[in-house]
Amino acid sequence: MKVLVPIKRVIDYNVKVRVKADNSGVDLANVKMAMNPFCEIAVEEAVRLKEQGVASEIVAVTVGEKAAQEQLRTAMALGADRSILIETDQETESLEVAKALKAIVDREEPGLVILGKQAIDDDNNQTGQMLAALAGMPQGTFASEVNVEEGKVKVTREIDGGLQTLELNMPAVVTTDLRLNEPRYASLPNIMKAKKKQLDTLTPDELGVDFAPRVQTLKVEPPPEREAGITVESVEELVDKLKNEAKVL
Amino acid sequence: MSILVYAEHNNAVLDKVTLSALAAAQQIGGDIDVLVAGKDCGAVAEEIAKAEGVGKVLLADNDAYAHQLGENVADLVAELAGDYSHVLAAATSVGKNFMPRVAAQLDVAQISDILGVESEDTFRRPIYAGNAIATVQSSDATRVITVRGTSFDPASGEGGSASVENIDIARDAGISSFVNEELAQSDRPDLGAAEIVISGGRAMGNGENFEILYRVADKLGAAVGASRAAVDAGFVPNDMQVGQTGKIVAPQLYMAVGISGAIQHLAGMKDSKVIVAINKDEEAPIFQVADYGLVADLFDAVPELEKHL
Ligand SMILES: Cc1cc2nc3c(=O)[nH]c(=O)nc-3n(C[C@H](O)[C@H](O)[C@H](O)COP(=O)(O)OP(=O)(O)OC[C@H]3O[C@@H](n4cnc5c(N)ncnc54)[C@H](O)[C@@H]3O)c2cc1C
Ligand SMILES: Nc1ncnc2c1ncn2[C@@H]1O[C@H](COP(=O)(O)O)[C@@H](O)[C@H]1O
Repeated sequence: MKVLVPIKRVIDYNVKVRVKADNSGVDLANVKMAMNPFCEIAVEEAVRLKEQGVASEIVAVTVGEKAAQEQLRTAMALGADRSILIETDQETESLEVAKALKAIVDREEPGLVILGKQAIDDDNNQTGQMLAALAGMPQGTFASEVNVEEGKVKVTREIDGGLQTLELNMPAVVTTDLRLNEPRYASLPNIMKAKKKQLDTLTPDELGVDFAPRVQTLKVEPPPEREAGITVESVEELVDKLKNEAKVL
Repeated sequence: MSILVYAEHNNAVLDKVTLSALAAAQQIGGDIDVLVAGKDCGAVAEEIAKAEGVGKVLLADNDAYAHQLGENVADLVAELAGDYSHVLAAATSVGKNFMPRVAAQLDVAQISDILGVESEDTFRRPIYAGNAIATVQSSDATRVITVRGTSFDPASGEGGSASVENIDIARDAGISSFVNEELAQSDRPDLGAAEIVISGGRAMGNGENFEILYRVADKLGAAVGASRAAVDAGFVPNDMQVGQTGKIVAPQLYMAVGISGAIQHLAGMKDSKVIVAINKDEEAPIFQVADYGLVADLFDAVPELEKHL
């Protein structure tokens, strides 16, 4: 079984983002970029499935600028066999990405597509579900456990009330939550090997998908600042302030 | 304009977050219908029919929707969506699961997790863990939107008298099935709805130590939350995680105990009215957002707090 892993290049999760002075977006100049953390978990899950003998090949794919090759190399250093860059300089929307991924699904015919549940830049949480709908596949979103058994996949999901387990026909889409696994680090020899692995580049045109934006960002602003508070010296003082000053107790 | 709001429920009672989605719909303006899809969920339809401003309740009572399977619910909603200019659902684990499927089936974008309505086509939403707020305008014919519950004061659940109309559409995609569910049992208030939330972090050390937070919570009628580190370490279940990728809360009072204040945690609680931080490290970033900071060992401070309440 082939596993397709869509990954996204995003700002590193440790970076404190700053909104540009002209409110046109956030400042990405000279900022550290990385693979979206949920995508790392997706790659790790695919690699584990391969190690268990469940998956035979792992293909990483991303839609984005040329620089995203870096994240595809990382995915290959972690264990993906080959990768595909769908190159575009435009800012992408989830629906467009899902359409491009659907075109790749048609070509590659994976048994499972494992995505992150959410990209930490736009916080959309929608691409996997959109892909599943376009491809007519079932979905196991926010997965904390994935078990493939005879043409079906059992997915345990983190839901608001606790945990839910579903059984999905395959091919299926899975999106990862934080507790699915703990991603490994790429070893130096594997980083070297990844440089020789196959990386194909395609354009949206070649895939026959039209990147027509539906949503226009009018402005981006910093959130309201919280005023700095005070330090209390004791629990007694804290309780007094909460009762008499903040009036929340 | 005509708006379809998807009701969130457990087949027996309405989840109050639906009233926040309804409030967002009222801000957009126009006729508002509410869809209740589930199994043996007639009581939910009766309940939401009483809410203010609801024109009509559509009730899809069928086995196919018993567990809110995303494939089935999305097929149903996409089929109904043609009559509406907007489809809204709360940004819960149910809404986040099926709504993007609806959008893709309609060939439109989804606007996730809105905080504010500027006009019928323009909305505000958080990006980068709430470190930036984007104002976005949609050019789609149908706007598919999920709503951040804490950003909209709930519409009144009283005063309306909408009719309930049965809709006989059974959409069973037949590609997924429900196996089981382990739902957290708690007598404490819901994290999303509580007036007071007290959360513990990695510093709690283990699950048993959360007992000291539960004791304070029970005195205050508070809900108990946690940081990712505390959930990952297995101290408490996943449904207690507060943050960018967990639950969003905005209570009157939020107490962060032994939590450092990473941006991903702040994203889930920064809109609380009053924030208290108890941390033994005076440099901890949580103090930058706290109204009241107490530099102390939590194992001294929390039991003492309980005594003073
Ligand atoms: C993709 C992604 C998503 C994430 N999503 C979330 C999310 O939704 N929610 C979330 O919370 N995190 C999330 N995180 C994790 C986040 O980055 C932090 O790692 C996490 O919040 C840290 O948890 P903590 O504050 O409990 O632990 P730590 O950062 O280890 O902090 C522990 C704190 O306890 C203090 N302390 C230690 N002992 C005591 C004591 N005896 N008394 C008092 N204080 C003490 C320390 O001074 C320290 O400040 C996410 C991370 C990523 C990469
Ligand atoms: N440009 C992209 N290229 C490839 N995969 C993507 C892209 N954008 C999003 N994804 C995938 O979809 C997941 C969820 O992203 P989002 O829906 O944008 O929050 C990510 O974790 C990736 O797995």
